[in-house]
Amino acid sequence: MGKLYNDKAIREIKEKYTAWEKQVLPRSLNRYSERMESFTTLSNINVKRLYTPIDLPDYNYMDKLGFPSQYPFTRGIHATMYRGRIWTMRMFSGYGSPEDTNKRLKFLISHGETGLSLAFDYPTLVGLDSDHPMARGEVGICGVAVDSLWDMEIIFDGIDMGEITTNMTINPPAPILLSMYISVADKQGVPREKVGGTTQNDPLKEFIAQKSYVFPPEPAVKIAMDLVEWSVKNLPKWNPISISGYHIREAGSDAVQELAFTLADGIEYVRHLIDRGLDVDDFAPRLSFFFDSHINFFEEIAKFRAARRMWAKIMKEWFGAEKERSMWMRFHTQTAGVSLTAQQPFNNIVRTTIEALAAVLGGTQSLHTNSLDEPFRVPSELAAKIALRTQQIIAYETGVADTVDPLAGSYYIEWLTDQVEERAWRYIERIERMGGMIEAVKKGYPQREIADTSYRFQKEVEENKRFIVGVNIFTEEEEEEIRNVPLLDIKQEDIERVQLDRLKKLRSSRDSNKVAEKLDDIRRAAGKGLNLMPYILDAVKSLATLGEIMDTLREVYGEWREPPIY
Amino acid sequence: MNIYKLFDDAKRGSKRSLGRLLSILESPSNESFRLLKEFVKHGGKSHVIGITGIPGSGKSTLISKMISAMRRKGYSIAIVAIDPTSPYSQGALLGDRLRMQEHSTDPKVFIRSVSTRGVKGGLSLAALSMIEAFDAVGYDKIIVESVGVGQADIDIMNTAHTLLVITMPGVGDEIQALKAGIMEIGDVYVLNKSDKPEAAKTFEYLKFALETGELEIKHGWTPRIVKTSAIMGMGIDQVVSIIDEHYNYIRENSIFMDKLRDRRLFMLKLLVESLFLDNLDDMYRSGEIEELFKANDYYTSSIKIIELLLKKIRKIDNS
Amino acid sequence: MERTANLLRGRGRRIKVLVAKLGLDGHDRGAKVVARALRDAGMEVIYTGIRQTPEQVVSAALQEDVDVIGVSILSGAHLNLMKRLIDLLKKEGADDIPVFLGGTIPIPDIPKLKEIGIKEVFLPGTHLNLIRDYILGVVGERKEH
Repeated sequence: MGKLYNDKAIREIKEKYTAWEKQVLPRSLNRYSERMESFTTLSNINVKRLYTPIDLPDYNYMDKLGFPSQYPFTRGIHATMYRGRIWTMRMFSGYGSPEDTNKRLKFLISHGETGLSLAFDYPTLVGLDSDHPMARGEVGICGVAVDSLWDMEIIFDGIDMGEITTNMTINPPAPILLSMYISVADKQGVPREKVGGTTQNDPLKEFIAQKSYVFPPEPAVKIAMDLVEWSVKNLPKWNPISISGYHIREAGSDAVQELAFTLADGIEYVRHLIDRGLDVDDFAPRLSFFFDSHINFFEEIAKFRAARRMWAKIMKEWFGAEKERSMWMRFHTQTAGVSLTAQQPFNNIVRTTIEALAAVLGGTQSLHTNSLDEPFRVPSELAAKIALRTQQIIAYETGVADTVDPLAGSYYIEWLTDQVEERAWRYIERIERMGGMIEAVKKGYPQREIADTSYRFQKEVEENKRFIVGVNIFTEEEEEEIRNVPLLDIKQEDIERVQLDRLKKLRSSRDSNKVAEKLDDIRRAAGKGLNLMPYILDAVKSLATLGEIMDTLREVYGEWREPPIY
Repeated sequence: MNIYKLFDDAKRGSKRSLGRLLSILESPSNESFRLLKEFVKHGGKSHVIGITGIPGSGKSTLISKMISAMRRKGYSIAIVAIDPTSPYSQGALLGDRLRMQEHSTDPKVFIRSVSTRGVKGGLSLAALSMIEAFDAVGYDKIIVESVGVGQADIDIMNTAHTLLVITMPGVGDEIQALKAGIMEIGDVYVLNKSDKPEAAKTFEYLKFALETGELEIKHGWTPRIVKTSAIMGMGIDQVVSIIDEHYNYIRENSIFMDKLRDRRLFMLKLLVESLFLDNLDDMYRSGEIEELFKANDYYTSSIKIIELLLKKIRKIDNS
Repeated sequence: MERTANLLRGRGRRIKVLVAKLGLDGHDRGAKVVARALRDAGMEVIYTGIRQTPEQVVSAALQEDVDVIGVSILSGAHLNLMKRLIDLLKKEGADDIPVFLGGTIPIPDIPKLKEIGIKEVFLPGTHLNLIRDYILGVVGERKEH
């Protein structure tokens, strides 16, 4: 397969380009100097004035791009992409009591949402029951509180779990939440082969970024891989892991770091699963990813395209995957919460629109769009609806979904895709030399890289090297509109009371001997290094609480304290 | 605020009062000298334990676990956390506390961070003054922890009654490299992270170093080597009981009191240095030195400056 | 301005700040960026790490004898947590230590927080210099008393 541009053509363009630079450009520069001395992307990649075929010398179309649904999948994993089916509009939601969340899910379904995505409150995320002292004041605020199977039953009351898929953003306690989900599906009479959805279940990025860790890195990865292995064998429609760059980005990394650290996490997981004796082609098709879509439009698109190409290469060349599906990088995208501002908050609708557009042009499989009020609180109904409508407008009005990978072949986009890829490989090589991501995390390497990048970015904003409308440019003194954002009213104390009452009732009405027995089974299985999923499923069905199961595991595995890194 | 009242409240367990006393001690002043006088009267009883370790050896986690074990034995514990964060535009970012925060609310545990001070010896002086305060207030054990690099760290570690050196598997060469420092004068060597496969080899290396006399035998005490895994909670009780053993040993000899005297002498030297250097620095900055400078006679100029310094220092009233 | 310079340099005490993550959320980007900026401004910053209880934050503040406490909360639990923090400070007779808060805080909550006793609230997008100057201001006031 030949090069896209032959040497002669490149030579000719070069000659003409030099002439343009000498004769035309200076006149223009004399009249107006450029806005800045240099232009850089958020990853600090220098952006040139103009891109031409000269920037893509020796460009081999088939090697770099190929066709959609074919290796290296740069142009997308499906042949027809959004011409066949629009991406899944999956809005992250959940707040308050299980009853509140049930109501919100039904609201979103009635407005055309096609997949559910559950947010849990902080006590749930870090494996504490609502009646734990550390949970005071946090129950039901950032998401829904789930303590036991009873809560999950309420959340899905009247929702057919055989018809809808659910994403659960949960990490250390993921096996417990999945067990609850399956148990409710069992009760609804949904066969296991029909239960579909995703558990985030990505422990490494917790140490790197999101910081909802509980166990030290090795046992954390072990427990997560138990869930993956068990799902591969028992839940054919479940995505057992969503390897997430989103939180890495939100913690302050740049696009290249987000991509590189996410792939390095993925590599670590694949190695662990292969070490368990699993065949790469049995589990690889089940791995899914989750990225951020930030405001630097073209760099984000380049990142998504590079991600697909890199993962395909890793799976094929490093791990010898043979099935095409094993090489697919399927990913969910969320627009960048961190890019939203408290100042002039209605501008956030515009930011989210641009970021969502980048995700679509980057070929995402599903998308969450943030609401304008998120710098303050979880979204109100109105704000969440506007965010959903943003996606619908992109999908059905703009025409951007009508052809596959429309930006391919842009000199800039292809050059930038190569740049992002090359820089990400360098990070991955460094992490490989450290012995993989677990070792890198223990050394604090990615944590430190992110802290440095986020501090540099903040400095650049303060020195007016980067602009944020309403923050350091076009600012307004009187920000009356802030006060006009209608916020969701959460009656936190009421929710907490409901949860505490329910827990009390649960603890007094269940068979506590049976619970103790099931917890003992978990302890013994953990001691022997067995796959914990069947034991956790049993304990959940016996009405053991999330906190009780987590405490049992904490006793066995200990708790992680992070090294001081700024 | 009356300093004697603060001291009384601190003795009665007020963390706020003790916290304030420690701030007063940070630089020499009328008040700090009065306090030190009081402290020496009341102190001299606490067991000072120095803990140092190579970076990455899991020192903070180990100390946190040791605190739990020592608390079970009923000891009250004060921790002087010397933070390695390098000075930066004269500011500092202290994070050592982070690993011990779970003990923060224990009424019998007090944690205080110290970072590099402006002048030479300032860090050591601050740390030693804090030890005097904790001693006077009546803490049973005072743990001083640092990374053990740099002269100040070594000086402080030298004043401890009992010195723990924490190392980890696979660092034989680093021990060699650090030999000029304090690595060879520990009373207890803790091989942490000994759940790692390379632990056996490092353990053998340490034993060999002990047999060949590379690790110093001080005052007739043969250093002990203990294997631990802080994260798994393994070997912690053993470390704590060896520390007690060493305490009994130095108590039975005169070593405990000798060490106390050495520590106070060293602190006196640091105080004198600080008084001179601080004032000299002020004189230099304010231009006073320039006025006294006779270009042709460095000797006379020096004597004049020293006399003036002395006058300034005498102004610190020590009634 | 001279006063400021003395607070920052001089051989006396540097301004000491406790930066704390209160509650269960792990979003530490803001806390760390602020901690670094204050260090670069010449202050001594003690960072507690994540998942702190009000009790832990108060005891750290007393033991370290800090001049000011900065708290970061992005979980929405600020009203409950800050109320408990201030109550504890009062109990210890230490409510003269100024407390400021940063994070995702709904505007209507700001007056409530100030009523509880929080001195200042910084929303996302706040200039770091503003936080630095704020601290210089309140600590200066306190030292003059």
